[in-house]
Amino acid sequence: MFETLSDRFDQIFTRLKGRGRLGDAEVDAVLREIRVALLEGDVALEVARDLVERIRVRCSGAELSKSLTPAQQVIKVVNEELTATLGGESFTLRYASIPPTIVLLAGLQGSGKTTAAAKLAMWFKQQGRHPLLVGADLQRPAAVEQLKVLGREVGVAVYSDSSDPVAVAKQGVAEAVRVGRDVVIVDTAGRITIDATLMDEVRAIRDSISPNYTFLVIDAMTGQDAVQTASAFHSTLALDGVILSKIDGDARGGAAISVKSVVGRPIVFVSTGERVGDFESFHPDRMAGRILGMGDVLSLIERAESVYDEQATLATMESLRHGRFTFEDFLEQLQQMKKMGPLSSVLSMLPGLPKEMKNATIEDRDVARIEAIIRSMTPDERINPVLIDGSRRLRISHGSGTTTTEINNLLRQFKEMQKMMRSSVLAGGLARATKGRKKKGGRVTPSSK
Amino acid sequence: MRFRRNREVETRGAEEDGGEFGQNLLEGGESGGVNPAGLEPAGLDPAGLDFVNRDEAGSGGDPKVEDDELERTRRSRFGRSRGILRAPLLGLGRRQRVDERTLEELEDALILADVGLPTAEFLLDQLRSKLRSKELSGDFEELIHELEASIAALFSGEDRELHRSHLRTTVWLFVGVNGVGKTTTIGKLARREIAGGHSVVLAAGDTFRAAAGDQLALWSKRSGADIVQGADGADPSSVVYDAIAHAHARGADLVLADSAGRLQNKSNLMEELKKIRRVADREPGEVTEVLLVLDATTGQNGLAQAREFARAVGVTGVVLTKLDGTAKGGIVLAIRHELGLPIKLVGLGEQIDDLVVFDPIEFAAALFDEGTRG
Repeated sequence: MFETLSDRFDQIFTRLKGRGRLGDAEVDAVLREIRVALLEGDVALEVARDLVERIRVRCSGAELSKSLTPAQQVIKVVNEELTATLGGESFTLRYASIPPTIVLLAGLQGSGKTTAAAKLAMWFKQQGRHPLLVGADLQRPAAVEQLKVLGREVGVAVYSDSSDPVAVAKQGVAEAVRVGRDVVIVDTAGRITIDATLMDEVRAIRDSISPNYTFLVIDAMTGQDAVQTASAFHSTLALDGVILSKIDGDARGGAAISVKSVVGRPIVFVSTGERVGDFESFHPDRMAGRILGMGDVLSLIERAESVYDEQATLATMESLRHGRFTFEDFLEQLQQMKKMGPLSSVLSMLPGLPKEMKNATIEDRDVARIEAIIRSMTPDERINPVLIDGSRRLRISHGSGTTTTEINNLLRQFKEMQKMMRSSVLAGGLARATKGRKKKGGRVTPSSK
Repeated sequence: MRFRRNREVETRGAEEDGGEFGQNLLEGGESGGVNPAGLEPAGLDPAGLDFVNRDEAGSGGDPKVEDDELERTRRSRFGRSRGILRAPLLGLGRRQRVDERTLEELEDALILADVGLPTAEFLLDQLRSKLRSKELSGDFEELIHELEASIAALFSGEDRELHRSHLRTTVWLFVGVNGVGKTTTIGKLARREIAGGHSVVLAAGDTFRAAAGDQLALWSKRSGADIVQGADGADPSSVVYDAIAHAHARGADLVLADSAGRLQNKSNLMEELKKIRRVADREPGEVTEVLLVLDATTGQNGLAQAREFARAVGVTGVVLTKLDGTAKGGIVLAIRHELGLPIKLVGLGEQIDDLVVFDPIEFAAALFDEGTRG
């Protein structure tokens, strides 16, 4: 997905090269793509609309950054907006001054409440608390049975009987007081939001136990309905937070942002797997990248921006413009890249690199060898590799601890690279570069004969 | 009144696509004996398979009652919010003639129903070209009518039958991600099949989730079906195979095999599922249906679910559950449009009778219920 979204951006922005600002036409085109990406990621329509408007405001007429491509720049803005919407106030759980602290879980059928209840119990245990699980889901066959099995697994007692959910919840809390448990987690039956009787029932449960925290458990795969589900539960129960389940799937999880926007309460936990330990606090930044379908790339962009040495890049671009890409420039590029992390992920983000190079497979240990070879060259050789004859080759191979075959390969690849660099500068439509190259070409061609 | 109009749409769809087939199926299981074998889709072995609707002689009375019941349930549930239906859209229609903004609002309505952009655009493009060619006058009612018809047409000719094996024990395998309602669907279907005169064995193939077997056992009690369970954590393939062997020995003709919910990106779990299917297909069993159970609240990930499960175990149809909530389940439109999978059954609640045959006409109409919020 990153490939497609970022490629689409790149395509839109090719028209932009050599200009200092984002134009309205480009911004419009990009915002359309963003809208598509958000909707494909299941962000609710109205929420996506709001986001796109906010992004438009920030992008129109924005100055182009020197260290990022326009595409990356826009993605960065999108990411910031998403993260801000998902994050906001952070959640700190306060324990009731008079124990027990009561947590009520509610949600649709199959959203993962029972599993979340057990995982939450385990989490509290790890915090040094002594939770009690209360099974108030008397609707689904064997739901209490499931909770008991999970309770055994996490080593937390489960209270339930088969009277009625409100009574069970109430007695569960009383039981916790009696046996001195300091946290009570009440699992309720899944319910659809338009079933007034069931919604009344969960409200009655809440009223009878006055929980300190009421969490909505919602499936990360939920589509547009997330808005209705969240607002219905919120208006019935006044939610304190959200638990997002099943995010170990490949759903993009736009529901997270929909729910957050509607309820205005933080997403507290995410459920990341089928095992009871797969339960974590929520990280807005990771979720933002996921909704856009771009994963870790966003953080790489941030790193690229902070690490990339603008001056060095400009110098390289300058020599590119004159059609001179030397081993010195190459070495400089390698140094820059190494600062950012694994080469394979970094290569694709370097501004101005042609596609062919992005797809080239270069291993990190290869880089060390390439560096060694270049460092064994004299300054003259680095600028003018044509000088490197058989005996120089042998010297370089001794100096770098490589074979002459490797040196030959590098020289050949480097030549290819030079060609690509020139053509990509040309394709970029930089008038100055074109002129410079022509002039240069005019001089060089005859003498090289 | 609403209903009458639907029928018109249906007739039109049928004419266009030679979809008599679909019409029969819309009547639930009532069409015993009507389905000519010639309508069977190519590629299936007519000798080895039978139609669910072609009930054995002597069992014709009960299923009819059952299906009338189902029919009633469906009408009332689907008809639930008919009044609020398309009030906003209709208001819009009264105000103005159809223009680009109207079309955009229709697209929004489709997106809100989780149809997804590609399929929504496909449908809207159809409308646009018909408006351009003056095939449509630009009257709003007519436009909606046309849209519903083209949605229903996407499903025309789909094979909604639940097939049976003639020579071996029929196995229907239920697959899907966690929490979509596989076990509940099996429970309801067991009741329905038993009422239809079949002898049913449930295979508790979900040996992973805590107490999943107990849950299925309760459904077996409610429906009167036999159940074969393994220990928690047992190899699901062996449990399913045992159930088939049990069914074969007891002369039962249908095994409904549950499987643990699994996210489609977990390759080891998908491999496990492939094994279950392979084993279930051995003598004396034959897997004639692999049904993907899909939660109506699912968004665009539903497409990935359908694609991956189909790739792994050859899904033969989709069961759309929880359609009694506010979610529209529009993703099945994309699944049908992009992957060509038929939608076979719809779950409308937690009661044992809340399982009905998928009806594209009702589905299309329901997509726009309360369709424009915000």
